[in-house]
Amino acid sequence: MYDGGKIIAGLAVFVLLFTFPFWYNIGNAAYTKPKLELPKDAKECVEKTEWMRAEHMQLLNEWRDEAIREGHHTYKNMVTGKVYKKSLTKTCLKCHAQKDKFCDRCHESLSVHPYCWDCHVAPKGDK
Amino acid sequence: MKAIYSLFLVFALVLVALLGAGAGGMHYLFGVIIPYVAVVLFVAGFVMRVIRWGKSPVPFRIPTTCGQEFSLPWIKQNKIDNPSTTWGVILRMFFEIVLFRSLFRNTRVELHDGPKLAYASNKWLWLFALLFHYSFLTIFLRHMRLFTEPVPGFFQALESVDGMLQIGVPSLYLTDVVIVVAATYLFLRRVVIPQVRYVSLPADYFPLFLILGIVLSGIFMRYFVKTDIVSVKELTMGLVTFHPRIPEGVGTIFYIHVFLVSVLLIYFPFSKLMHMGGVFLSPTRNLANNNRMKIHVNPWNYPVKVHTYEAYEDEFREKMVEAGLPVEKPLEQQPENKE
Ligand code: HEC
Ligand code: HEC
Ligand code: HEC
Ligand code: HEM
Repeated sequence: MYDGGKIIAGLAVFVLLFTFPFWYNIGNAAYTKPKLELPKDAKECVEKTEWMRAEHMQLLNEWRDEAIREGHHTYKNMVTGKVYKKSLTKTCLKCHAQKDKFCDRCHESLSVHPYCWDCHVAPKGDK
Repeated sequence: MKAIYSLFLVFALVLVALLGAGAGGMHYLFGVIIPYVAVVLFVAGFVMRVIRWGKSPVPFRIPTTCGQEFSLPWIKQNKIDNPSTTWGVILRMFFEIVLFRSLFRNTRVELHDGPKLAYASNKWLWLFALLFHYSFLTIFLRHMRLFTEPVPGFFQALESVDGMLQIGVPSLYLTDVVIVVAATYLFLRRVVIPQVRYVSLPADYFPLFLILGIVLSGIFMRYFVKTDIVSVKELTMGLVTFHPRIPEGVGTIFYIHVFLVSVLLIYFPFSKLMHMGGVFLSPTRNLANNNRMKIHVNPWNYPVKVHTYEAYEDEFREKMVEAGLPVEKPLEQQPENKE
């Protein structure tokens, strides 16, 4: 092989970089879903739990637009019809009072950084 | 026609995943087995292809020269476009790989009335190719959040830069928009320009559609057809720690996305996409133009059978003399008793 040394070295770098996730996690504890502190005084969320997991950001986005731009401040559960106020801090964080043990646990694990908290102030989680 | 075949091929792939993982519920096959097979085939295929290239002989320097070569001291050499040293080659390769320098020289040929032939600079291909590749790289690196725990700061920083416009929720990534626009340009270029359409094959359209399919399914998953990303991370972390498992709640859209990615990985080593490895091995770029400075011995020279002039003359001297040709050694005086 011509310049065989250089080609093999290049390939080694390529394989090493591409398999990065396979060796980066060696030695770390096996990944488990983040442990969430669920509200004690409530049984259910504004919507079904599975739906909330996937869609809560979309829901919040809709709430924000509807509450601020259109002035609709009440949200009705799609199944039970239970009514909630469309508010980030006054609804979500009323039940999920400890943001750092609920929202943040998931978000940190997935490196999600909602910018909402640039303006909105989360309760201190002293409950 | 070629474009439409390729498009339908990608649709068929989506359908396979839709039926297999969605309707058929074969989550383990589509979420674990196929991705593993794809990664193994990709790495092994890539390495084998590069080694096969490496084995081809390069006895002589064949760089394309795009500037003044090394010459007399008062003639200025173009050290990057016609390098004569290893450092020059390294610089040349760096600009080629990082900035697509040779695409920057892309030209357009036009025939005007007259007939007059005109050449014009054409930078669009360079621009969109650059945008496309850097978006792809950024998206690829951002995906590492699904494969690492804890997520290294570098990838988090990349995310916040990419999402800096903070449009919508989940916030819109710039690279998502750019890659769709750029890939669409690359496709339209092939159908709109007649000369390019003429040389375009399914092997050109298929990877474009496949990548567009991957990108669009990813965008769909992020912004429209949502799925539980925490479960997705459980799945992906299972893959990279070799404890594969299929958690509840991962949507079909995820399996479509991953199936298309697996197909891309498997297709990669067999296709023109190997230019990713090939660019490093292009002898027209990665060799110094020092043909006249160094002796380049053809290494597979076998001992050549030589027939020297002396031996030739010895063999044919009589005939040469007969024909009146000059000879170096005169014919030996034969005893003239032939009458
Ligand atoms: C009435 C109290 C209440 C309100 C208001 C509320 N939640 Fe919940 N939420 C809950 C409870 C209780 C659960 C756990 C349900 C379960 O265990 O199945 C939950 C579950 C969730 C989950 C899924 C967690 C998991 O198990 O993976 C998410 C995400 C979530 N909530 C987000 C929100 C957001 C965002 C809001 C504001 C739009 C909100 N919640 C408002 C009570 C509430
Ligand atoms: C630039 C600062 C800013 C940012 C960033 C921001 N908000 Fe707001 N938000 C506001 C202001 C100001 C209001 C209006 C408060 C009022 O009128 O009572 C508001 C109101 C809301 C409301 C309705 C009223 C209420 O009490 O909650 C929702 C829901 C909301 N924001 C959600 C979000 C979400 C979700 C995000 C992150 C994706 C976000 N906001 C980011 C400034 C911001
Ligand atoms: C079950 C885990 C989980 C919980 C609990 C959770 N989130 Fe999320 N959240 C996510 C994931 C995953 C994403 C990113 C989705 C994506 O990247 O497509 C996200 C994204 C978001 C975003 C959009 C971020 C962006 O990209 O701009 C907002 C806003 C948000 N979550 C708000 C909340 C709030 C407020 C709470 C607490 C009441 C909460 N989430 C609880 C998992 C969770
Ligand atoms: C060739 C490589 C890939 C490309 C080009 C690609 C492209 C994309 C794009 C453009 C998005 C939209 C959101 C974003 O930009 O982050 C996306 C999202 C996503 N991709 Fe990929 N992808 C690739 C490989 C993978 C692989 C290997 C997996 C997992 C096994 C994966 C899982 C996901 C998931 C879960 C999302 C949704 C993320 C979210 O909702 O925030 N992708 N992809």
